[in-house]
Amino acid sequence: MTVRRYLLLMSAEFRRQSTYRLALVAGIFTNTVFGFLRISALFAAVRGGGGSIGGYDLAQAASYVWLGQAFMAPVYMFLWQDVAVRVRSGEIVSDLARPIDLQASYWARDLGRAGLQFLTRGVPILALGGLLVGLSLPTSPWSYPLGLLSLLLGISISFVCRFGMNLIAFWTVDARGFLILYGFVMNVLSGFYLPVAIFPDWLQVVAHASPFPAMFQSPIDVVSGRVVDLAALRTVGIQLAWLTGLLVLTRVVFVRGRRRLEVQGG
Amino acid sequence: MNPASTDPASTDPGAPVIELDGLRREFVVRSGRGLRRSRRVVAAVDGITATVRAGESVGYIGANGAGKSTTIKMLTGILVPTSGRVRTCGFEPVPQRTQLARRIGVVFGQRSQLWWDLPLRDSFDILAAIHRIPADRARPRIDQLVEGLELGALLATPVRQLSLGERMRGEVAAALVHRPALLVLDEPTIGLDMISKERLRQFLVAERAEQGTTLLLTTHDMSDIERLCDRVLVVDHGRIAYDGSLEGLGERVAMERVLVVDLAEPRPPLELSSARHERSELDGARQRFAFAPDRTTAAQVLAEIAGQAEIRDLRITEPAIEDIVRTLYTGR
Repeated sequence: MTVRRYLLLMSAEFRRQSTYRLALVAGIFTNTVFGFLRISALFAAVRGGGGSIGGYDLAQAASYVWLGQAFMAPVYMFLWQDVAVRVRSGEIVSDLARPIDLQASYWARDLGRAGLQFLTRGVPILALGGLLVGLSLPTSPWSYPLGLLSLLLGISISFVCRFGMNLIAFWTVDARGFLILYGFVMNVLSGFYLPVAIFPDWLQVVAHASPFPAMFQSPIDVVSGRVVDLAALRTVGIQLAWLTGLLVLTRVVFVRGRRRLEVQGG
Repeated sequence: MNPASTDPASTDPGAPVIELDGLRREFVVRSGRGLRRSRRVVAAVDGITATVRAGESVGYIGANGAGKSTTIKMLTGILVPTSGRVRTCGFEPVPQRTQLARRIGVVFGQRSQLWWDLPLRDSFDILAAIHRIPADRARPRIDQLVEGLELGALLATPVRQLSLGERMRGEVAAALVHRPALLVLDEPTIGLDMISKERLRQFLVAERAEQGTTLLLTTHDMSDIERLCDRVLVVDHGRIAYDGSLEGLGERVAMERVLVVDLAEPRPPLELSSARHERSELDGARQRFAFAPDRTTAAQVLAEIAGQAEIRDLRITEPAIEDIVRTLYTGR
């Protein structure tokens, strides 16, 4: 019974997202075009580095870019302010009037969203990229189920971070500035623009002290087979640790924020 | 203490469903800029004490900003009171929000709890699941609500394509899927046309007769109160200004109707025995007369005016809540 309601919330969001077909097509197109731009930039860097940069050869660079283009929508690398907007407009009262945990219900919905976006934006881009440029696929069959788990964890870490940032709206009416700043930092440190492995050393240290590589770089590394066997398990373990820690943190913030909430409007 | 009030499951007639004791909520209002910035504390709800018992139907009225919605948010567990005590269905609303949410249904007239992009039917199924109602028990209840609120033809329509009146009926059904002991309606008829309003009221009367649901309703429409409520709470500046029957309120304040007549030509204020001249507009070509419907009829007033002047057009207005609250202090 308890699981069923979360599954229903998940499937409702999956179907809700699927009603925006034109947006999906536009998204695939944009992601593909940007994929080509990023590939040409990264290829130039790899060639300039004598055929390898940060351990990436041309085929691995292509995999990194295409997996990234495929995962960016499911993991959600964009501005997300659903909760903040609902606090600002007062719509949050409808969520709070239900006998269900707010964070858990938004998590379930986010997984439904990610599921649809993986199938409709992720898979086509991987297919297109693989056909047009080529992908280096992992040799170990374990990379696939472990990769899927790693992606699921990446999506969840991303969600918990986004949800946590949205809680700022419980303290200030306009959380948008914070969310934009967060988006910029997250995009850079997650390995979304460039692989974390080719960052200067000091920036790698900063990145690994944050949860951001665990939401984006990690699933790409596991699925592409850049990390295998024990290293892959270790990567997934680090993701699990981040997720647990962030859940505890957002929980504390949420409970405090609830007492601060001033619902707007009549 | 009444033992029934500590039992969350109790819905015995007469058991307290809502208990407010010295309830207060302050907001900080910031104004100005830079160095001139000032910070002011305003009490939206300023010490409200009231009890609503199981089976009652209470109209909660007051002007805009009087504190109605703030009270509702506190008794549903959405807003934390600054001070005072609130218990709803025997629960502490904020700490026990999820348990409480199983016992109450809430419709915020200007918000939606439906899934905007999905067919209306889906919202009912999802809400039943959220309330942990097994599908075989949810189905007959949903069918019953669909029939009572005439939603059958709309079930396959995405919510965003529904008209306001259709959507509001959907919202009410959504709030009742889990058979709440207490139904809280915040401005349920706002923006609805006469027919939609009447349909909704008829349904609510029937639903209450059958389920014994306790009802708390805020509205700006006095007809809602007349049709649905047996008790009125008037709130003003965050305090209870009146608590009693609608008839009792009528004895204390001017529940007057106003008859507005356009005359064929401007006239000095007409003197009537059945109604009081309120004011003249358009140099006397339009005059307003207030009359008490329990002492005279519109037809009598009209006949008296017609005896003195030629009437071109006329209109009758209901008493505005704001006027009722104002006359509570000044008397009739």
